[in-house]
Amino acid sequence: MLTATGITASYGRREVLHGVNFDATAGQVTAIVGPNGSGKTTLMRALTGENVFDGVVFLNDQDVASAKPWQLAAVRGVLPQSTPLAFPFTVVEVVRLGLASGLTAGRGHLIPAALDRVGLTGFEGRFYQELSGGEQQRVQLARVLVQVWEPVADGSPRWLFLDEPVSALDIGHQLQVMQIARDFANAGGGVVTVMHDLNLTAMFADNVGLISEGHMVAQGAPEDVFTDQQLSHAYGCKVRVNTAPASGTFLLPHAATMAAE
Amino acid sequence: MTVLTQNPARPHLAGDRSRIATNMTFVLVVLLVLASLFSLAIGAAGTSLWQGLSDLAMGRDLSLRDRVVLFDIRLPRTVMGILVGAALAVSGAVMQGLFRNPLADPGIVGVSAGAAFGAIVAIVLGGYLPAAIAASLGYYVVPAAAFVGSWVSTIILYRVSTRKGRTSVATMLLAGIALGSLTGAFSGVLIYIADDAQLRTLTFWGMGSVAGATWSKVLAALPLIAIALGVAPFLARGLNGLALGEAAASHMGISVQRTKNTAILTVAGATGAAVAVSGGIGFVGIVVPHLLRLMTGPDHRFLLINSALLGAALLLVADVISRTVIAPAELPIGIVTATIGGPFFFWVLLRQRGILDM
Repeated sequence: MLTATGITASYGRREVLHGVNFDATAGQVTAIVGPNGSGKTTLMRALTGENVFDGVVFLNDQDVASAKPWQLAAVRGVLPQSTPLAFPFTVVEVVRLGLASGLTAGRGHLIPAALDRVGLTGFEGRFYQELSGGEQQRVQLARVLVQVWEPVADGSPRWLFLDEPVSALDIGHQLQVMQIARDFANAGGGVVTVMHDLNLTAMFADNVGLISEGHMVAQGAPEDVFTDQQLSHAYGCKVRVNTAPASGTFLLPHAATMAAE
Repeated sequence: MTVLTQNPARPHLAGDRSRIATNMTFVLVVLLVLASLFSLAIGAAGTSLWQGLSDLAMGRDLSLRDRVVLFDIRLPRTVMGILVGAALAVSGAVMQGLFRNPLADPGIVGVSAGAAFGAIVAIVLGGYLPAAIAASLGYYVVPAAAFVGSWVSTIILYRVSTRKGRTSVATMLLAGIALGSLTGAFSGVLIYIADDAQLRTLTFWGMGSVAGATWSKVLAALPLIAIALGVAPFLARGLNGLALGEAAASHMGISVQRTKNTAILTVAGATGAAVAVSGGIGFVGIVVPHLLRLMTGPDHRFLLINSALLGAALLLVADVISRTVIAPAELPIGIVTATIGGPFFFWVLLRQRGILDM
């Protein structure tokens, strides 16, 4: 269980989160959506313990603000939006960095498994810096996966925190990565992911938090949060929520109406 | 240092260079032994190491002259070369890991200049120290002052060039220039007021050399360098993590602040002690780690120990060149390393041009 209560975050004098509450349950994919600059990434930083702001965050009953880095690393992995790398590591060497926490000795056999999972078998000896942005993102996902390979271990769930995991990916790899998140949750782990693509969110998430101008506007099941009014208001453009017979909710922005206004 | 237990059943992964890097360690140990023998065997006096060793082995007494040449001149000089070379190379490797940049080198970004300033303060103003303190510090006054100088320089440099966990290369290099000229100016003032005896000390020292090595100098440098070299392997995991950035390192369970503080102290200790006893020997810290990264990859679990070994071996070879190329006179070793290192640095710059502006 992840609970964040009253998160108020400021950079300098500018307050970017105003007392946000947010919950996520293991076994579910929980998405955070909202327009650019609404505070999604800042909320993610609070949830992962990267920054400590006002308010409290508990992950598996552990206070994130006072936990040691290695204690958090044992229960959750974090995929940043993009990860520049300082030195010429190969793909295998980058993934192995995920095993560096010391709690994961003797798990080298996970490296090929993780690369297979993200569809990068055959890339082992390539240099990270020579890969495309999308490939780099999947290498990083493999690194995060080896860190928290078992969705449930010692009776408590492991967590994946993904910050816009599919923004750099083509549609096929978007589905592949979202399916990895889905499978992790189905196996009992927790997934918290910042998303831009609302259709993918509707397709894969069990629970969505909609954030706008530093406020959590709504949190709940996608069909409850994704309403024409709430989305149009949050994103500042007209949006219509539809239902496809086969796959459930999908959305269309009203480009024509925007142009007319 | 993590010792890899090689499991023969484990399939070898493409892109996994840990085995090559481990083998490199063995190669470098052999190289260092050979370089040490080379350094002990060659010198102006023409004393034969082999003759001396066989005399000792047969239980024959060495002549006083041979004993002095071998044990009081060449041996301390060789030990000093090993210490200084290892210290400079490891400082470079740690600093590059800390700044996440292959161009960070104590000599280039002003940390050595800070150490030199500390050493000059100790040499020129050491006489004003209260007698009790001077007596208790003994030989360690100059290394201790150089350590403080390089420590303060490293902290200033890191604070100036790193914001929100990211290091700006341009700021780092420019801050290094500013730091170098500032400490250079302070050093100039002290040199200006130094008396004749101090000037002579400063001149020999400033040329960069392990020529004047004595056992007392070796002992003065030993504690700081030994501690720095002993601590460095424990930085490997942290520096590997930092290669992904501070946030990612922390997410992987690394205590980032502790890693950074330890890295800064390690750089300061190794650079300070090396500069205090050998003056300015440049480029070892940039050449050695860079070559090793090319050959065996950037994994700090191997890079740090291999840098120590290769740095030591390289410095011994450079020292042998420095005392033979214009024999019976000696070329300061700093000139030898700069002649090799300067063009090398250009080459690194050209290779890095594309990604320098990150």
